[in-house]
Amino acid sequence: MGKKIGVFVCHCGTNISATVDVEKVAEETKKNNPGVSYTTTYKYMCSDPGQKLLRDKIKEEGLTGVVIAACSPKMHEHTFRNAAIKSGLNPYHVEISNIREQCSWVHPDKPVGTEKSTDLVRMMTEKVRKDKSLKPIKVHVTKRALIIGGGIAGIQAALDIADGGHEVIMVEREASIGGHMAQLSETFPTLDCSQCIMTPKMVEAAQHDNITMHTWSEIESITGYLGNFDVKIRKKARSVDLDLCTGCSSCWQVCPCKKIKSEFDMGLANRTAIYIPFPQAIPSKPVIDRENCILFKDARKKNIKPNDSKVCRKCIDACPIAPVKAIDYNQEDEIIDVKVGAIIVATGFRELEDGLYGEYGGGKYEDVITGMQFERLASASGPTDGKIKRPSDGKEPEIVVFIQCVGSRDPSKGCSYCSKTCCMYTAKHTMLYKHKVHHGHAFVFYIDIRCAGKGYEEFSQRAIEEEGATYLRGRVSRVYKKGDKLIVLGADTLTGSVVEIEADMVVLASAMKAQDDAEQFAQKLSIQYDKDKFFSEMHPKLKPVESSSAGIFLAGTCQGPKDIPETVAQAGAAASKVLALLSSDELEREPVVARVDRQLPPVFSTCIGCFYCQKVCPYSAIESEDIKARDGSVIKTVARVNEGLCQGCGLCAATCRSKSIELDGFNDEQIYAEINAVEFN
Amino acid sequence: MAEETKFEPKIVAFLCNWCTYAGADLAGTGRNQYQANVRVIKLPCTGGIDPLFLIKAFERGADGILVSGCHPGDCHYNSGNYHARRRWNVFRPLLEFCGINPERIQFSWISAAEGGKWVETINGVVDTVRALGPFEGYQKINTIGPDASSESSQT
Repeated sequence: MGKKIGVFVCHCGTNISATVDVEKVAEETKKNNPGVSYTTTYKYMCSDPGQKLLRDKIKEEGLTGVVIAACSPKMHEHTFRNAAIKSGLNPYHVEISNIREQCSWVHPDKPVGTEKSTDLVRMMTEKVRKDKSLKPIKVHVTKRALIIGGGIAGIQAALDIADGGHEVIMVEREASIGGHMAQLSETFPTLDCSQCIMTPKMVEAAQHDNITMHTWSEIESITGYLGNFDVKIRKKARSVDLDLCTGCSSCWQVCPCKKIKSEFDMGLANRTAIYIPFPQAIPSKPVIDRENCILFKDARKKNIKPNDSKVCRKCIDACPIAPVKAIDYNQEDEIIDVKVGAIIVATGFRELEDGLYGEYGGGKYEDVITGMQFERLASASGPTDGKIKRPSDGKEPEIVVFIQCVGSRDPSKGCSYCSKTCCMYTAKHTMLYKHKVHHGHAFVFYIDIRCAGKGYEEFSQRAIEEEGATYLRGRVSRVYKKGDKLIVLGADTLTGSVVEIEADMVVLASAMKAQDDAEQFAQKLSIQYDKDKFFSEMHPKLKPVESSSAGIFLAGTCQGPKDIPETVAQAGAAASKVLALLSSDELEREPVVARVDRQLPPVFSTCIGCFYCQKVCPYSAIESEDIKARDGSVIKTVARVNEGLCQGCGLCAATCRSKSIELDGFNDEQIYAEINAVEFN
Repeated sequence: MAEETKFEPKIVAFLCNWCTYAGADLAGTGRNQYQANVRVIKLPCTGGIDPLFLIKAFERGADGILVSGCHPGDCHYNSGNYHARRRWNVFRPLLEFCGINPERIQFSWISAAEGGKWVETINGVVDTVRALGPFEGYQKINTIGPDASSESSQT
């Protein structure tokens, strides 16, 4: 009648057994829990022989319930439940008692850890006693993927999925795809031109039959679940009709607002109000910057429709498209609804803001620039056509000081992590500088040189040994202006001396930070993020591209700082996960869903039909159902849970006044069994 | 006096699966030690916690309770933690009415990235409850309800 429960206590090598007496836990459990018919310990339960042990014992001992006392259920719950299936046991009779992360690793005192482990195992044993068999829920899969972000990560993932034969919707909030990689000059460690490898990919993505691109667009909302996401995309008013426009350039050549800082050139050059971000932009069609355009400014001031303003109509007059012009001042935002089965988030990073390091004069002195600004200076398509010139007076700088770890590894500025790419890009910068200014001298202040990657160490050695960059180990305390020079005060900790350098230009190796709106965006998607606002992967080692929400994957620097090869690899990995997901027509989902009581007449259901559950449900998963008599008359109207929509939070169950809703897998009986088993001492 | 120093409070923690449970795991991964007085019960969401769970835990001899979930705005289920907070606000006066010091139940937001905060919170709860002393009100709760006799046989 009662369950036959088996308890398997894992040593986890010595991770558990060093601070928990696993044998004693097994022994006590067997002694004090009448339902436990079998206990054992094993060195590595998750290993193949460990799983075999579980499978064999379920059969041999006729176990109908299993507790694995091991690491967190987030690690191997899935593993052990799958093993149980192979022995014919319903997987929902398997529970994990977390005695590693929440016991052995945090309580060094062995008797204490042993006692707590025994308690935790007992609690789970009691829960298992109440576990019921559950059947996985099958859900339909929409065979279409959404990619958020059109940088190298997004483009790579989109191409991989599209090549796999599935439709891809790509959303990019800027006017062109390309992201940060399109801004780079040359890339380490090969020094090949970024534009040369990036722009063909951009074109390929734009021309791919399976890819639909929405630039100048943002995600309005995402609802639904794995296999069935409903996405609302806001196509921001571009003021230009993409179908009509040919990108002939007539409009931006006549625009009178010419003094707007170009975002693409990191403020080192100007652009017009109607503009394309850069010559190789895709789509190569302009957008009107409504903040800065004098026509829109005038319309806002007079509170009239933009098209009624007569202040300036140069662009529309210059537009050669007839009879309907491609420019539409009155264009409004448009909301598009799409249904997708999987989502890849590839929203990228932003560079550390200027001014956070006041002592270095960032944002204060024109000739103190960031790493991205140097990229634009060194880029053949940049504001100086690739010539290294000081922003202040256009002179060629003869001494350039590069300061590493600006915003990285500096907890005092709220940025404790390493941005990973700066050591390499600074080495690259010194080379690019030396290639262009042969007589120039590059100094680099560093904390450590971290060049772990294929060919990376050799590359940075080349910067030092062959290209003659002077590397000084130490921090810079201050940068100040003296005449037209910048005085850099720093320390060389290897010689123990103070260094003062009269520089013409200073380049800050600025940290990679999470996007400003990363937090709000994560909330929109219900995914987790870490202390630095980078999105969290499901598991740091074994699930590096999955987010905490099923069906949503991560690619690129939105998950943490990384370089281009790593980003491309991660994007490919995310795409392969999506392809696997889209390859089946139906998916199995965890059956943790709520259920409303239904029973035989005369009660039918204990639900009293108050529908409080409907009010609290975040997924609109509660429907109403009429229970009818044979003659068709309604006996009772009760709540019913739509299994497809329910995500299993249990809000309805806790809200229900008549205790008519239970959450499968976490029902009241199971939770009370756990509480009852707490039984201290 | 010697008696008092011996008192080790018993804490039951109800944690949501997505934030605080993961935060507690992170404390483990970081080997951040804390007092071993806590027994964790995992639920999908703090919004699914019936206040009776807490009463039941007291009845079983807990001296203090921690309820912890995701930060406002971060709930995996969008709004579950708001419902939990609202329910707690209603429940709190009722606790006082029942003669249970509300300080014995603490409510916190700990994200999956806040292993350190989990350690601080747990140590804080243990210290607070240690100062309050053992909770003996459960013996009164015990005399009501159907399984009163079986309970008293254990005490």
